Amino acid sequence: MTTVSEQQRRGRAPAPGAVSEDAARIEILGLTKRYLTPKGETFTAISDVTLSVEPGQFCAIVGPTGCGKSTTLAQVSGLERPSVGSVTVGGRMVDGITDGVSYMFQADALFPWKTVLANVVIGPVLLGTPKREATALAMDWLRRVGLAGFEDRYPHQLSGGMRKRVAMAAALINNPRILLMDEPFGALDVQTKAIMQNELLQLWEGLRPSVLFITHDLDEAVALADKVVIMTSSPGSVKDVFDIDLPRPRGDVQEIRHESRFLELQGQIWSSLKDEVTRAYKQSAGAAA
Amino acid sequence: MTALTHDDVDVRRQEIELKVAARRTVTRRRAWIWGGRILLAVIVIGGWQWFTAAGWVDKFFFGQPTEIWNALVHLFTDGTAFGTIWENLWITVQEALLGFLLGTLTGVVLGILLGSNRYLSEVVGPYIRIVNSIPRIVLGSIFIVAFGLGMGPKVLLAAVLVFFVVFFNAFQGVREVDQNLIANVRVLGASPLQVAAHVTIPSAMTWIIASLHTAFGFAIIGALVAEVLGAQHGIGLIISEAQGTFDPNTVFACMVIIAIITLGAEYLISLLEHSLLKWRPPSRSEAQSI
Repeated sequence: MTTVSEQQRRGRAPAPGAVSEDAARIEILGLTKRYLTPKGETFTAISDVTLSVEPGQFCAIVGPTGCGKSTTLAQVSGLERPSVGSVTVGGRMVDGITDGVSYMFQADALFPWKTVLANVVIGPVLLGTPKREATALAMDWLRRVGLAGFEDRYPHQLSGGMRKRVAMAAALINNPRILLMDEPFGALDVQTKAIMQNELLQLWEGLRPSVLFITHDLDEAVALADKVVIMTSSPGSVKDVFDIDLPRPRGDVQEIRHESRFLELQGQIWSSLKDEVTRAYKQSAGAAA
Repeated sequence: MTALTHDDVDVRRQEIELKVAARRTVTRRRAWIWGGRILLAVIVIGGWQWFTAAGWVDKFFFGQPTEIWNALVHLFTDGTAFGTIWENLWITVQEALLGFLLGTLTGVVLGILLGSNRYLSEVVGPYIRIVNSIPRIVLGSIFIVAFGLGMGPKVLLAAVLVFFVVFFNAFQGVREVDQNLIANVRVLGASPLQVAAHVTIPSAMTWIIASLHTAFGFAIIGALVAEVLGAQHGIGLIISEAQGTFDPNTVFACMVIIAIITLGAEYLISLLEHSLLKWRPPSRSEAQSI
């Protein structure tokens, strides 16, 4: 049992070491994305974004509303194609869906018509894993996120935090080399959010995928990430990059908030972000007036 | 010790009393509802009977409840000029069922196809809206001229009426699919077919099944109207014959029979809905049991 799931967990990266680590490097170079509006005008969502995420690094992206954070993630996953520039994952240019990527959204993208187990099992099933193995693996993951015994429930029967755990299990079950998270805990209440952040850190430390984590919450970004990227208001580009040198494992997210180094970093980042947020607010207020 | 057990007994007695009181309230409310329902039926049917018996309303034109009952008995015991009522009923039900199946199948397939293909839907969309706005019931005349008095044109008319209801719902259902869900399975490596099987179709199912309730009513209407326009068997023919002989009671009797059939079908569709959509949270209207 355990050996099977152990192998499965490694799944995509059978040989740990230099090769598999390199496979998780994300390199974004001069990325610009323009959209065609229905009226036939072009809208530039992000312009000339350059940033890189080292293998196994946790990178948070912070920026004002509508600055193209989600657009950046969509280019990395391969769901969309860049207008200018390139995204390279593990040395290979992204063209079509990138292998070994998992997504987690703010709205829990669970299938309401599938049970908890079926929601988690879909990842390996889509990869072609035999049903029995996939089920065993999913059961193991549900146990890990503390949802053993809830296999047969439907999502609407769970609380918001439990749904997030299911989404987390579903995102991690394929042992992704890259985890894209788009404000995953945005809709949760403060207490549940803290619990989920701690659990995410624990699971991440076990698997070590590269993470791109979008958030509005500066505290969350500093507490979780190795690196915080600040984006400018629309059209978004990289304004500043901060390395977070808080030691790992970080321990309790709630407690780290009171450490002096945390507050220092948080203050630096906020002074950089503040201008952008004010500018974005003025833009949207101007558009509304 | 004794005081404690006394308290225990007291608490338990209070709980039991509370439960009994709650149950009594529910029973009383239910009794009131049923009382109101029966009263309403008595007022409407009794009033009808009374007004026609007293001669304020002419029963020659508007029928009379007791006469309708007699007509019903007559239909089931003596049969009609076109064979027993069972034969005729079976033909109408068959037409409606076949039309229902045909219309639902084409509606679901085309709805999902057009809903998931933006280009196709933008090309075909306006034409479907045009076809939807013409009075389709008139197509019955064309079908009867083209295909004769058999079952074919009835099934076709029922299918046409059903098609649009189901089609628009399936189309809308596909359009309302959560884009995050699609992105999620695509990132996990799903092929277009797998996206349809895991996301699009289950998601559209809510809309499609909701449309089936109205769709069966339309199937019956289609079959009946086509029979009235021209047929050799069926409830519609009995209705049009009764109209020709100034017999409103038989027309009403046929309406009663059809209403019972439709209610039965509705019940079966509800069962199907419950088993297919058991993942849904219980809706508020169900909880209030209206």
